[in-house]
Amino acid sequence: MPLLEVERLVISFGGIVALGGVSLKSDTQEIVGIIGPNGSGKTTLFNCISGVYRPREGKVIFKGENLLGHRPHEVAQKGIARTFQNLRLFMHMTVLDNLMLGRHVQFKKNPFHAFLRIRKEELIHREVAEEIIEFLDLQAFRNSRVSDCPYGIQKRVELGRALAQEPELLLLDEPIAGLTSEEKEEMAYRITEIRGRYKTAILLVEHDLRIASRLADRMVALDHGLLIAEGLPKEVQSAPEVIRAYLGDEEA
Amino acid sequence: MDLIESYKEELKLIRKPWTKFWVGLLILFVLLLPWYSPEHVTHICIIIFIYSIGALGQNLLIGYTGQISFGQNGLLAIGAFTFGHLVGHSIPWPLAMISGGLAAGLFGLVVGFPSLRLKGPYLAIATMGFGVAVYQTFVNSETLSGGRMGLLIKKLTPVFSLSPTNFNYYFNLFMAAIFLLLTYNIVSSYMGRAFVAIRDNDIAAEVTGVNLVRYKLLAFFISSFYTGIQGGLYALFMGYVEPNMFTFMESITLFVAVIVGGLSSVEGAILGAAFIVIVPQLLSQYKGLVPVVYGLTIMLILIFEPMGLYGRWMKMRLYFRNWPFR
Repeated sequence: MPLLEVERLVISFGGIVALGGVSLKSDTQEIVGIIGPNGSGKTTLFNCISGVYRPREGKVIFKGENLLGHRPHEVAQKGIARTFQNLRLFMHMTVLDNLMLGRHVQFKKNPFHAFLRIRKEELIHREVAEEIIEFLDLQAFRNSRVSDCPYGIQKRVELGRALAQEPELLLLDEPIAGLTSEEKEEMAYRITEIRGRYKTAILLVEHDLRIASRLADRMVALDHGLLIAEGLPKEVQSAPEVIRAYLGDEEA
Repeated sequence: MDLIESYKEELKLIRKPWTKFWVGLLILFVLLLPWYSPEHVTHICIIIFIYSIGALGQNLLIGYTGQISFGQNGLLAIGAFTFGHLVGHSIPWPLAMISGGLAAGLFGLVVGFPSLRLKGPYLAIATMGFGVAVYQTFVNSETLSGGRMGLLIKKLTPVFSLSPTNFNYYFNLFMAAIFLLLTYNIVSSYMGRAFVAIRDNDIAAEVTGVNLVRYKLLAFFISSFYTGIQGGLYALFMGYVEPNMFTFMESITLFVAVIVGGLSSVEGAILGAAFIVIVPQLLSQYKGLVPVVYGLTIMLILIFEPMGLYGRWMKMRLYFRNWPFR
């Protein structure tokens, strides 16, 4: 049984069909790359899976359970974490607090512990957060406010926050966009590391085809809300439909 | 340099020895104050303590969770009258006080429901409606408000042969200290983190697993509980309650306290409470000017020092710490 099974997802915004019946599968510990030109529905797909949007039709089956109609926080509790294309961090919190908030789903939440300053649970999760800090090389920024950190660091913090949830499926929305080439290589390395360390499956939206094809085990291409190609990265990139979607028709 | 040896150490309320010293000094000063100050100063301090509880609650809501409520005058009234009626039926005061807080908290949930859909000014107007409605209800219902004279409440009898003013000083100081500690604890816990997350980015908070409905309503409940307790304490201190103590101006006053003191700072809430108590005292000759001063300070603060009095204090501290370097 695949870990995630997206079946004929349909969603439209005021007459514009953003997703017109996309189906997709992902196995445990598999990295699936999703490519496509701007506006092809990649981020919309992520928003549907993570519960931010409610699709009109279709199914999102995760570990044999339909996620459709669940609120985003419920989806998070089931084990799906995501990052955003334009960072959505908690800008006024420290890096550490951002990661600790990622632990929120795993936290045993007892209001009286909060009121009476009993911090046993906090210490347990701090250990995990520190591991992630080490993994992402964030030690120097542990206690600085996220809004004071450079962009490259912020990207890592967001990845760290998603990792802190200990997800089984990680949705990465352009994790290496806007980074320097050095940072890109680092991030690419970390993405492969994540699979080994945290045993997660990854859905990866990325425009940098060179790195995306290196990372992905399998690749799918979207255009105008439709799935136009699926297979090994090499096959997908040389498929005529994909080339047409990116570059246009010869006659046109 | 502060060297931290364990994670546990970092979670302590007071971490550095020097802070311990200053806080100790401050506590000593506050404890000894009524013995050296004239009676009217003690009186002002009592009211500051009472208001700081409400300001702390409002700060949790506005400063930390980023939700706004102008219904606080209604919640104050509910807290005060619940307390008044229960004490009138010879229920012991601590029980009546907590019931007052809980009643306000439950109504706070009602105020909070619009927050699930509305934001910013729309939420402000919706909650304002609640405050005005509650005020009108109390004004027009003699059963609820106790008639023209209001409800009389028996004051507490001083213990340890303290003078009534000094007794009230220590009593309200104690209550304010409890809520101060409670606020510090909430703010530094998972709960406070979730509140701030909702304020900073609600979509990200939800995707990271924060139940928006639960935590927004929780923030409203907690802040309304604080407000209800403030109402109860105020009624107990004054010895009576009547609806005109809870006009819409009270909501504005608490809002001013939060903005002037500094959004999302616990100490700021206390400074803000001091501000809103002291300003009307200084302007007691010209009562009409009070709202003008409030309006002007809000504008000036938002333009020049968005972090409020607490922000100013932090900057001053930083300046002296780095002196003579800049």
